[in-house]
Amino acid sequence: MSKVLVVTSGKGGVGKTTTSAAISSGLAMAGKKTVVIDFDVGLRNLDLIMGVERRVVYDIVNVIQGEAGLNQALIRHKEVDNLYVLPASQTKDKDALTEEGVGKVLDDLRAEGFDYIVCDSPAGIERGAQLAMYYADEAIVVSNPEISSVRDSDRMLGILASKSRRAKDGETAIKEHLLITRYAPDRVGTGEMLSVEDMLEILAVPLLGVIPESNAVLQASNAGRPVILDENTDAGQAYQDAVARLLGEERPMRFIETEKKGFLGRLFGRS
Amino acid sequence: MGLLDIFRNRSQDPSAKMAKERLQILIAHERAQGQNRAPHYLPEMQKEILEVIRKYVHVEDDAVKFEVEHNEQFELFELNITLPEKGEAGDRPD
Ligand SMILES: Nc1ncnc2c1ncn2[C@@H]1O[C@H](COP(=O)(O)OP(=O)(O)O)[C@@H](O)[C@H]1O
Ligand SMILES: [Mg+2]
Repeated sequence: MSKVLVVTSGKGGVGKTTTSAAISSGLAMAGKKTVVIDFDVGLRNLDLIMGVERRVVYDIVNVIQGEAGLNQALIRHKEVDNLYVLPASQTKDKDALTEEGVGKVLDDLRAEGFDYIVCDSPAGIERGAQLAMYYADEAIVVSNPEISSVRDSDRMLGILASKSRRAKDGETAIKEHLLITRYAPDRVGTGEMLSVEDMLEILAVPLLGVIPESNAVLQASNAGRPVILDENTDAGQAYQDAVARLLGEERPMRFIETEKKGFLGRLFGRS
Repeated sequence: MGLLDIFRNRSQDPSAKMAKERLQILIAHERAQGQNRAPHYLPEMQKEILEVIRKYVHVEDDAVKFEVEHNEQFELFELNITLPEKGEAGDRPD
């Protein structure tokens, strides 16, 4: 049985695409046949983060409009087995995606035997974002420890609970996960940044993971390699933990405490 | 970071606390308005409940307060009605 997993947030620039790339790669490395779909029509980015940009020939809009078959549009990842990318169109306008069209593509992917179908949502709470989450079975709500991001996450949770197919058909609700990204424990320590506890208290959604603010993310995107493949980095490890939890494993949260520094450390240790 | 900042950081009213308080108020309000996690049928249900109440007592719109609270385990729907004081022309409107 395929699972449709949407990565969403409301606000832009919080780490949805970074997360979609990392989580889909992690699921594939765990042996799950996985496809990650870019829903950001007109502003595609996932292909770059996945490092497949030079192999894009067809996209999801071509498939929906019957100009290409699904297997022509799917790009197999070279480094990670079981992993496929379905890019967004760069040229077509947003209205090219339709509810029926997306539903058909998802049905065809199910028939192809995919275990996980990961949908990278565009920013906003309008049509594009609503289509990305409409058919979801599970949702990863990505949120930064920052006031506007938390508010938008709450609105997105409202939309998941009321406007999704599961809500409309009266089925069991979408399973929600909170993923906190760009977390800076030392700034939480000084009281400048909302803490994990603050965010959980406000949003009341089970926590899938905490990804620290990390240089490794920029380096990974420069190289076009999902950060989860960099096993020695903090962000890479935090994403690995999140994938393990998604697959039912229990793991303690890491990277949420500041390293304790003495007075001299406080003087010289930070910028 | 300079020496002064280190000491200032300790005495500062942490701005994250302010952010949290503002968020809690804002989000409670948005949820109550049915903008956020409230179920889509909420506005309709509120209207009907109000109609039922008005069959028995006359209440103003602002005497009725709806709130939805979420929690990991359950959703709480809270309805507060301020009834008119005795003797006021608040009895059943025939
Ligand atoms: N954990 C992180 N640490 C540092 N930078 C990050 C982290 N996560 C995301 N970023 C950066 O934030 C920016 C937005 O990320 P992206 O995944 O494209 O967000 P979205 O898809 O939500 O718009 C990118 O420049 C990315 O490199
Ligand atoms: Mg994105």
